[in-house]
Amino acid sequence: MKIPCRKAFTEELLELAMKNKNIMAVTPDARGSVTLNDFAAKLPDQFVEAGIAEQNAVGVSGGLAACGKTVFVCSPSPFLSGRSYEQVKIDVIYNNRNVKLIGVSGGVSYGALGFSHHSPQDIAALRTFPDLTLLVPCDGIQTKALTRYMAETKGPMYMRMGRNAVPQIYSEEETFTVGKAKCIREGKDVTLLAMGEMVWPCKEAASLLAREGIQARVLDMFSIKPFDQEAVIKAAEETHRLVTVEEHSVLGGLGSAVCEVTSQYCPVPVKIIGLPDGHVIAGESPEVFQYYGWTPEGIADKVKKWI
Amino acid sequence: MEVTALKKKTFEIRRQALKMVYQAQTGHIGGTLSSIDYLTVLYYEKMRFDHNNPDWPGRDRFILSKGHSVEGYLSILADLGFFPKEELATFCQFKTRLIGHPDRRVPGVEMNTGSLGHGLSAACGMALASKRDNAPCRIYTLLGDGELGEGSVWEAAMFAGNYQLDNLYAAVDRNHLQISGKTEEVMQLEPLRQKFESFGFATEVIDGNNIAEILAVLEKLEHISGKPKMILLDTIKGKGVSFMENKAYWHHGLIDQDQYEQALADLAEREGTL
Repeated sequence: MKIPCRKAFTEELLELAMKNKNIMAVTPDARGSVTLNDFAAKLPDQFVEAGIAEQNAVGVSGGLAACGKTVFVCSPSPFLSGRSYEQVKIDVIYNNRNVKLIGVSGGVSYGALGFSHHSPQDIAALRTFPDLTLLVPCDGIQTKALTRYMAETKGPMYMRMGRNAVPQIYSEEETFTVGKAKCIREGKDVTLLAMGEMVWPCKEAASLLAREGIQARVLDMFSIKPFDQEAVIKAAEETHRLVTVEEHSVLGGLGSAVCEVTSQYCPVPVKIIGLPDGHVIAGESPEVFQYYGWTPEGIADKVKKWI
Repeated sequence: MEVTALKKKTFEIRRQALKMVYQAQTGHIGGTLSSIDYLTVLYYEKMRFDHNNPDWPGRDRFILSKGHSVEGYLSILADLGFFPKEELATFCQFKTRLIGHPDRRVPGVEMNTGSLGHGLSAACGMALASKRDNAPCRIYTLLGDGELGEGSVWEAAMFAGNYQLDNLYAAVDRNHLQISGKTEEVMQLEPLRQKFESFGFATEVIDGNNIAEILAVLEKLEHISGKPKMILLDTIKGKGVSFMENKAYWHHGLIDQDQYEQALADLAEREGTL
């Protein structure tokens, strides 16, 4: 069944917050986009509307956390990672507050709404902050598991989700360890490393490649920070070529994180598939995915031509 | 503390702050001297805290949003026993926790600040958490007047009014000067009282270097419910040291030995008239 990750997130958050009154949700007029309407109606004392003011929403979240609250501040990621960047730095990171930054509709989710609504730079922008856990789930099951992790684990965290309904990749029983990549397919010829909505097309691309005799390993790099260096090194040593696929700029994101590991510990050729350093073509997000070749066929094709 | 004792304490804190800035050859003495009277009243008279248990959940909280005025703040925390006074000699020295802005590694410091426009939002969050938990805590914060140029301050002001945060006591060190000169020449701030009133604050304007007025205004505001509080402290930058008073240079100016001795003599003379 396909569901958007943000829906899985809000369902899980509501369940957790019903049991723990210290969990709070803060949003800058995004209860609709985040799908927090249910939460706001059922738990008004744990919900804070901040109005269209992302900087203050994050600042207030820091203050709530200082008084013992576990705060989920939820907003479209272009605004959360952009408008309130300095509040993330000062009020959350520098003050080490238990604030979970929830960026919905990340990457190019907003499609034809244009550059203002895209966030293909959030991972690059946030990755250099110390102590900030960065998570990018790929399906509803993983989103729920990571939401539970965030509620149970103290410290600043950012989780980025896309807007599209995504296919289920994991079974209900699956467990995830933050800092450890998830291997969803073994292979010896090449490794595809992906995050978020790009995991599914990579998984499918691996099936297409298998038909042509290319055995591709697929790693779900949902934990961008802490980053699983061991899995990258192992993949480099065992498959000799790495391909990263991300709904993010080719600068500073997953591809860069992988190259920071390979260039130092296990130099192998790496192909980075993502948004070129330029302005995104207009279109709905599946059209944009198609245009940049972020489909099973597109990815398989790029891999075949490259290896 | 009686008014006279509080006044004497402000001289002690001013001397300590001057010593830190002189010894370290860095710091922000002008805004420190303008704000020490208010901080002294808060810490020696109004706020509830336990210096042996700085994380006591029932404490009142203070955020120095104008974090650069840290010298008086640290002097007060040390004097109250939050950390050893001797440590003040490490101000801005290599490996110190007493850096040039508030740092939560120092017991008693509630928030790391430095970049302007962050304190009021965090204070709003603390005030809202306390109200939702029915905790009787008061949340105090001090902003600079130049700091009011930051848009985030006004986002927070809107929030405070909207949520009727009557446990929030915000104040502005209105010394009329910022790093580049007079505030009204850099960017017009007035009419400030009307601005904060229109955002829903119970707003008072007082002589922010007058201990009795500070005590009286806090007492008055404590009886107002349903509104956040704003005290516009009309102060003198460099207050207490004649050659520093009302001069933007002393926002970040450095003190040589002659100036240090002159400043101490000036303070001694004024203290003698108490």
